[in-house]
Amino acid sequence: MKSNKNTLKVFAYSYLIFLYAPVLLLPIFAFNDSTIISFPLNSFTFKWFAGLTQETYLQESLKNSLFVAISTSILSTCLGILASRASSRYEFFGKKSILSFLILPLFLPEIIIGVALLVVLMQLGLPLSLWTVILGHTLVCTPFSIAILNSAFANMDMSLEEASLDLGETRFGTFKRVIFPMVSPGLIASLLIGFTISLDEFIIAFFLTGTETTLPVYIWGQLRFPAKLPGVMALGFLMLLLSLILLLLAEFFRRRMNRTTDDQVNVQFGNLFKHDKKT
Amino acid sequence: MIKLMYNLVIYLNMTKKLKTDSKKIIVELNGVVKHFGEIVALDGVSAQIREGEFFSLLGPSGCGKTTLLRLIAGFEQPTKGNITIDGFQMDGVEANERPTNMVFQSYAIFPHLNVEENVGYGLKRLNLGKDETARRVDEMLNLVDLDNYNKRPAHALSGGQRQRVALARSLIMKPKVLLLDEPLSSLDKNLREQMQVELRHLQRSVGITFIFVTHDQEEALTMSDRTAVMFEGQIVQIATPQEIYSRPKSKRVASFIGVMNFIEGQLLKDGDQNTTVDAGILGNVKVNPDQMPIPLNSGPVTIGIRPEMLTLLIEDQDRTEFEIGGVILEGAYFGDMTNYTVQVKGLKSPLTISMRNTAGRRVLEDGESARVGWGADSLVILNKS
Amino acid sequence: MDRVKNWFSSDSSRGLTLIGLPFGFSLLLLAAPMLLIFFLGFWTQDYLVLDRSFSLDNYIEAWTEPMYRDLMLRSLGISAAVTLATVMLAYPMAYFISFHGGNRKALWLFLVTIPFWTSYLLRVFLWKVILGYNGVLNSALDWLGVIEEPLTFILYNANAVIITLTHAWAPFAILPIYVALEKIDRSYLEAATDLGDGPLKSFLRITLPLSMTGVVGAALIIFIPTIGDYVTPKLVGGKDGLMIANMIQVQFMKANNAPLGASLAVSAMGIVSIISLVFLALNRRWLRKRGS
Repeated sequence: MKSNKNTLKVFAYSYLIFLYAPVLLLPIFAFNDSTIISFPLNSFTFKWFAGLTQETYLQESLKNSLFVAISTSILSTCLGILASRASSRYEFFGKKSILSFLILPLFLPEIIIGVALLVVLMQLGLPLSLWTVILGHTLVCTPFSIAILNSAFANMDMSLEEASLDLGETRFGTFKRVIFPMVSPGLIASLLIGFTISLDEFIIAFFLTGTETTLPVYIWGQLRFPAKLPGVMALGFLMLLLSLILLLLAEFFRRRMNRTTDDQVNVQFGNLFKHDKKT
Repeated sequence: MIKLMYNLVIYLNMTKKLKTDSKKIIVELNGVVKHFGEIVALDGVSAQIREGEFFSLLGPSGCGKTTLLRLIAGFEQPTKGNITIDGFQMDGVEANERPTNMVFQSYAIFPHLNVEENVGYGLKRLNLGKDETARRVDEMLNLVDLDNYNKRPAHALSGGQRQRVALARSLIMKPKVLLLDEPLSSLDKNLREQMQVELRHLQRSVGITFIFVTHDQEEALTMSDRTAVMFEGQIVQIATPQEIYSRPKSKRVASFIGVMNFIEGQLLKDGDQNTTVDAGILGNVKVNPDQMPIPLNSGPVTIGIRPEMLTLLIEDQDRTEFEIGGVILEGAYFGDMTNYTVQVKGLKSPLTISMRNTAGRRVLEDGESARVGWGADSLVILNKS
Repeated sequence: MDRVKNWFSSDSSRGLTLIGLPFGFSLLLLAAPMLLIFFLGFWTQDYLVLDRSFSLDNYIEAWTEPMYRDLMLRSLGISAAVTLATVMLAYPMAYFISFHGGNRKALWLFLVTIPFWTSYLLRVFLWKVILGYNGVLNSALDWLGVIEEPLTFILYNANAVIITLTHAWAPFAILPIYVALEKIDRSYLEAATDLGDGPLKSFLRITLPLSMTGVVGAALIIFIPTIGDYVTPKLVGGKDGLMIANMIQVQFMKANNAPLGASLAVSAMGIVSIISLVFLALNRRWLRKRGS
C-alpha cells in the first residue's frame, strides 16, 4: 500500500511539472536577454517589458480587448440574471429544453460558433466590428453566468422574500434589501469570469473582428515574427499575473456568497488558506 | 422565567392590552377553496377565529394547514371564497399590506443582516428615526431574552435564538394576528417543551391572536385555546383541546389525537331521552346525548374509549360501574405509567389500558388474568365509518 | 377574462417573461446561425455567387473526396488519442488528490489550475518553443548529453498536436474525475477490504465503476470540442497534423466556398454527436445510478 502511494506521489509531482512546463517558460524568457527562445540563457533584463510600451498597435488591441471584455461580462451577466432568476424561482412550459438550449454553447466547438455567426452576419450584410465580437463572446459566456448565478439564486430561500413582504416591504424594496445583497457576490463572480473568458478568447474574435483587433488576435499576428517573440513572452507573463489576480478575486466573492447563504465550501476552485471540509 | 414574566408586564403597559376573553371575531374564513392546478389543497374551509385567542391548525402532512396559513398571510389568493381580517375583506390585498405577520418554519432570518437589523427590518419603512427604532428593537430583544445580541450576525445564531429573533421581528410590527408555521418542529425535545410554555405565556401577555400550525397533537393540545383539526383540505372539528380529546367528532379525529380503543356496537334510540348502546361483550349501557359529538340515529356505531378511561381492578375490593374479565398480553412501562394490552373474551382486538403507577400499585405480569373496569360516561359514540 | 388575468400574474408567465430575453438572444445568435449553416451545406457557391438551389454536391464531396475523408478520419483519430491520453493521465492525478491529498486537497486543485490561466494561444506557442528543432526540450537534452541529434518527430505533425492538447485539456479532465471520486463514500472501500479485497481489486471493483460518471464526463468534454480545434493544429501541426477546423476555415476564407465549409462542419458535428451518443450508450451501466 505504501509503495502504491509513493509511486502515485512521484507521478503526481511529475505530472505537475508537465503541467507547469510551458508556463514556467514565460517568466524565464520574458526576462532573458536574447531574441531566440532556447537554452542556454543569457542575462536578466527588463527590456522586453519596456518594449511593450512602444507598441502602439498592442495598446490599441489591449484597449479593444478591455472594451469587449467589459461589455461581454456585463451583457452575459444581465442575461444570466434573467435566466437564473427564471430558472430558480418559476416553473413554466418548456423550462428544461430552454435551459438546455441556453447552455448549449458550452458544448459546441468555438469554430462552429464563429463560422456560423460569420455566415449570418455576411448574409445580413452587417459589417464586422468589435460589436460583432461582443455578440459572439456574450453567447459563449452566458452559460457560465447562468451556472454561477443559478447557484446564487437557488441558495436564496423563497421564504426570505416572503418574510420581507410579510414585514411590509414592497417588491422592489425586497429586491433592493434582500435579494440583491445576497446575490451580489455571485454577480461579481459572474462579471469577473465573463471578463476573463472574453479577454482570452481567440477563435470567435478571429472570425468576427473587422479592422479593430483584440489582444489574442494581435498576439496571433505577432507569432509569425521571431523578433517579436520575447515581447510576446513578456506580455504573456503580464496576462498570467492579471488572470491570477482576477481569479483570486472571483473566488473571494464566490465564497462570500456561499458563506452568506450558509452553504458548504465548494472545493472546485480551491481554498488556499483553510482546510478542506469534507461534505 | 421570572425575568420573562417581569418583562412581559412592562411590555403590557406600553401596548394596548386586549381583553383575552373578548368575543370579537378577528379572522373569518368563508368557504375558502384553493386549487393548485389539478390539486385541491383546500376544499371549502370556514371558521371564525376570535381576537386574543391561541388558535391552532392541526393535521397530518398534506392536510392543507400551511396552505391555509399562507392564504391568511396573503402569499396566495383563494380560488374561491374569501378571508376577512379585522372586518376588512382581504380579496386582492397583498401580503405586505395585511395586518398579519408570520414566523416561518425555517425562521427566514436574513443571513446578510445582524440581529438588530433583522428585528428592525419592518420598521424601516415607518421612518421612525434611528433612536426610536433602536429603542423598540432593544425592547423587543429584551422581551424574547436576547438582550445585547444586537450586533450578532445571523449565521452565528443557534436554532433557538433564530426562533426568538423571528418572533421579535414579527411582534415588533404589532400585528393583529401572528401566524406561526410549525415554528418548533426543528428544535430538540427539551427546547421545544420550554418554548411551548414560553410562547403560550408570551401570547397571553401581549394579547395578540396567534394562529399556530402544527402536526404534533400534543403541542396543539398544550398550547391552544381552540384547535381546528384538518384532514385533506377540510376542517373536521373546531373545539377546545378538552372537547376534541374527549368528544372527537369522528373515528379519524379520535385516532389522530392520542390513542383510542374502538368497539363495534348498536345504537338504540328510544325517543330523545332514552338512548342505550349495545356494546357487545361490554353489555347494554345507557348514554347521555353529550356522549355523541355528532347526532346519530339508531343503527350500527363505533364506540370509543380512551385508555385512561379504562381501569384494571387489581385489588379484590376495587369496584367500578361495569367490569369484565381479561388477560394481560403485554405491559409497556413508561415510568409514571404503564400501558397494558389486554385481551378481553368476545372482543376481536385487544384493549389498550393506561394505568398510573401510583405508590403501592402493583404492576401486572404478562399472562396474568385481570379485571377490566369502566364507567358508562367513559364511552364516546362515533359514526361507524 | 379572469383566467387570462390570473395567467398574467402567474408563475408561468413571470418565468417566461424573464427568460424571454436570454432565450431570444440565443435563438437569434445560436439557433438561426446553426440552421443557416445546416442549410448552407445544401447550397453551392461559385466564387462569389451563392446558388440557393438544393444540392447534395458539397456533402458528397465532403464524404467522398479522399483529402477530406482522410482529414476527417485524422481529426477523429487525434481527438480520440487526445481524449484517451488526457483521461489516462488525469485519472491517477485526480485519484492522488482525492485519496492522498489530505488537508491540502484544495491547494493541489488550485495548483493544477494555475497554468491554465495563461492565454491558450500562448500555451500552444510555448509548446512549439519546447518541442522545436532548437527548442527547449532538444537543447536541454543535448546539453545533458542524452541525445546527439535533435528529435524531429515531436514537432510539426500529429504527435505535437496530441501532446499539446493533452496538456491543454488536463484540468478539464482532472476536475470532473476528482469530483466523482470525492463523492465515493470511503466506507464502501472499507467494506470491500473487510470482505477480503486487496487494494487493486477494491479499486477495480468499487472505485473505478463508481467514478465512471466523472470519466465519461471528462471524455465528452474533451472529445467534442477537440474535433473543432483550430489553433493547435495550425501552430504545431505542420502539414501532417492539420485538422478539419483548419480546412473549414480555409473554405470560408480563402477558397470562398462557404457551402463546402458548412457541409464539412455539419458532417464533423454529426459524426461527433453520433460517436458521443454511442459512447454514452455503452457506458449506460455506470451512469444510471448517479444520473449523468
